Amino acid sequence: METDYAIIGGGVVGLSTAWGLLKRGLTVTVLDGDDGSFRASRGNFGLVWVQSKGMNQPRYARWSQQSAAIWADFAAELGDNSGQTVPLEQNGGYDFHFSEETLQATVEKYEALKAELDGDYPFEVLGHNALRKEEPHIGSKVLGAILHHQDGHANPLKLLVALAADVRRMGGQVLTGKTVTDVTKADGFRITCADGTIVSAGKVVLSAGLGAAQLGPKLGFKAPVRAQRGQVLITEKLPKLINRPSLIARQVDEGGIQIGATNEEVGLDDGVTQTGISGLAAEAIAAYPALARAQLVRSWGALRVLSPDGLPIYQQSTQMPGAYLVTCHSGITLAAAHARLLPDWLEGTTDAPDLEVFSENRFPVS
Amino acid sequence: MKQRDLVVIGAGPAGMAAAAQAAELGLSVTVLDEQHRAGGQIYRDVDRVAPLRGGILGKDYTDGAILTAGLRHDAIEHISGAVVWAIEDGFDVSYTRDGRGAQIAAKQLLLATGALERPMPLPGWTLPGVMTAGAGQILLKQSGVLARNAVLVGCGPLLYLIAAQMVRAGTSPTALIETQTPRNMIRAAPHIGGALRGWPYLLKGLGLLAAIIRARVPRFTGATDITITGQERADAVTFTTRGRTHTIGCDTVMLHHGVVPNTQAARSLGVTHSWSAQQDCFVPDLDDWGQGSVAGVFIAGDGGGIGGAKAAEFSGRLSALKVAEDLGSLTRSERDRQAAPLRSARFRELAARPFLDASYPPCAEALAPTDSTVVCRCEEVTAGDIRAYAKLGCIGPNQAKAFGRAGMGPCQGRYCGTTVTALLAAANNQTPDETGYYRIRPPLKPVTLGELAAMDDTAPEAAE
Amino acid sequence: MKTVSPFLELEETPRVEVMFCGEGLRLPQGANLAAALLAAGVDVFRNTPVSGAPRGPFCMMGACFDCLVEIDGTVRQACMIEVSEGLQITKPHQTEAKDETA
Repeated sequence: METDYAIIGGGVVGLSTAWGLLKRGLTVTVLDGDDGSFRASRGNFGLVWVQSKGMNQPRYARWSQQSAAIWADFAAELGDNSGQTVPLEQNGGYDFHFSEETLQATVEKYEALKAELDGDYPFEVLGHNALRKEEPHIGSKVLGAILHHQDGHANPLKLLVALAADVRRMGGQVLTGKTVTDVTKADGFRITCADGTIVSAGKVVLSAGLGAAQLGPKLGFKAPVRAQRGQVLITEKLPKLINRPSLIARQVDEGGIQIGATNEEVGLDDGVTQTGISGLAAEAIAAYPALARAQLVRSWGALRVLSPDGLPIYQQSTQMPGAYLVTCHSGITLAAAHARLLPDWLEGTTDAPDLEVFSENRFPVS
Repeated sequence: MKQRDLVVIGAGPAGMAAAAQAAELGLSVTVLDEQHRAGGQIYRDVDRVAPLRGGILGKDYTDGAILTAGLRHDAIEHISGAVVWAIEDGFDVSYTRDGRGAQIAAKQLLLATGALERPMPLPGWTLPGVMTAGAGQILLKQSGVLARNAVLVGCGPLLYLIAAQMVRAGTSPTALIETQTPRNMIRAAPHIGGALRGWPYLLKGLGLLAAIIRARVPRFTGATDITITGQERADAVTFTTRGRTHTIGCDTVMLHHGVVPNTQAARSLGVTHSWSAQQDCFVPDLDDWGQGSVAGVFIAGDGGGIGGAKAAEFSGRLSALKVAEDLGSLTRSERDRQAAPLRSARFRELAARPFLDASYPPCAEALAPTDSTVVCRCEEVTAGDIRAYAKLGCIGPNQAKAFGRAGMGPCQGRYCGTTVTALLAAANNQTPDETGYYRIRPPLKPVTLGELAAMDDTAPEAAE
Repeated sequence: MKTVSPFLELEETPRVEVMFCGEGLRLPQGANLAAALLAAGVDVFRNTPVSGAPRGPFCMMGACFDCLVEIDGTVRQACMIEVSEGLQITKPHQTEAKDETA
């Protein structure tokens, strides 16, 4: 066997998992796509986020909290080892509300979830004036916000670079420009690529994002993932304007204001539309009026990798034991969990996290 | 949204000629141009400037007034100061003018966005006082502003043209530091046949050179190890030639080693491009009429491959003929009849290109800069950074952009794109075509969030 | 800023008063702003937000974004603007963003 694990997909999910396995002394080969592949790892919003996650599934809220709680330590270790700093701020984050009704309805849902989580859901409601003390540039239309203290944000591209560097430093093989066409299992797994590359491995992790939809069935997975487009904007670099991140806008460590995101069911179209970016600009200005004068420098469409209920899927194949499907929408938030906790689950140790609710058995056969 | 038969982007020679041709054939035409007055860069501001400085700039410049006159046609709407920032399928063109966003629909589209100076990343090229030779010429053309103490660095006919214009204006350049070598001329010899067909260009070139020599402008050829020095601004250029190192003090440095197509708008529409070994740059894949791989998108002028102003004019007219035929204003046979002389004229214009391209190849050390040289001016990413990202698995510029921000700044990769592709191609032992180029998306030029929001129909109250 | 500009102007044209970083300058009305500032002896138009490095006009055709200046709270390309009476010009983002009082 060439390698203990073959990881199909070299985005943040695949590389975080590879990093965790390498740290345990296992050998890993990562098969990564090409320069033009759909890459949520390049297009995401960079939040390390807890609030609003798992409103109907407390285990998902808990899993997000677990990851957020160990993120700083993970980022520090990754940064020290790779020499590539991973900027992270975890001083809380906002959900802004422009009406009393939506604010009240959200608070009620959060209270219910808080009860299910034994009270571990530290959020507070800020009225407009309290919010203005925290965010002096907030707009008068923002009625209030929910400040959740477990939220934060990172630089997701620097995370990607640090993972790419550290996986290689630890001896991980990363093969780029690969399109996996087939996976078979006899004694071990045999992974075939379009260019004729063949990798044999003891175990396989399928973390190919949207690519899992085609490849999954070959490994016995339903892999019911679909694309949902999010258009995102980023402004010129500005002096400090925003303190804490929200779902509407955050100020990245380089200074630009990142503004997100649309939710569009348009298949594999990752384009940008005038209507999409105009709508985002209007919302951002409603939250922070000073942004009206800021120059938009870039915009892009990125494709979210969504399961039918929006939750991650962690599944070992019943047809091909030793093959695992790992897919989620929140690869940045869950990076620490995938690096630090998921290897126990893949290795089947006694410390393995209970990920039963994330099995794809929850979805009907299509 | 207003719909026009043809929307032309750019009011240089290709755009102006295409607009005039299309209007004569009965099409409704809108020309969107980001400059305040027509002419493009080659004929910049010609209507206003020709009476002031026509003598210095020469007939090749003042002739542009013929084309600007052609724009004054009833069927042509010329919108100046219009910065196009998005083009969507079909085609909806979004632009900003005087701080307000607007849109126009086009049945067919002609991109006449011209050329950009080939990026020339040399140590010190980001210092104030360093500009492209084209910038130096624009200062002279449009504004009558002339560098008192300038060193011109690089190679190619444009470098001689600017030097000669400076001589005529009464302030000769302090020195010409040229990167081409006699060996380049020998390599160019096989192309001499084509060059002779394009003999007027060669004669003009020789005339320019003679004027420079007469003015006793110091010339150095085969220059290598070029470094621009200075703290807050450039104060000298150091280089080596024939085994000797020279330092020449100056206030202004003008860089030039050719121009490359400005492909931003075409790429944003998904038009495919291929690497041209002759021109050392990406050019859009075009058919005989200048139509790209996306139906209805035409590209004329230097944006479709470097050919100069006259060739641009002919290619613009050719595209307009095809658009008119597509839209039913011209029969196929009439189109072909009118196209024939344009094709011959264009062929003659392009005849000298292979000789010129081979005689004045891009400066080698600017194509493969030293590790510490900044290649992405906006985000200050060095050549060494790009090579390091190649080692981390970046096989193309989009992953490298994500890893290190090259191409993320306001210029959208215009002045680093070809360099980053070349660096990655060399590091990964791939061709430029295999390596690819940045994915270009809106906004093609920055636009304020306020301007964008004002175009939002869903929540008008959010806009100011 | 230099007392003697590295650039000379070939013609004399009517001038208007503008402010650049708090200093009054008399520039030719209707001229290209970047060209006019260079001719007035302004060399550093901005400092980059990455390293603070000084920059000035590089391409003069709206492509490089090195001649960025701030006018009325918005950062724009000086080479794409015409000089008009009373322009208040600064280097980009020298001061904190101003909120609308409306």
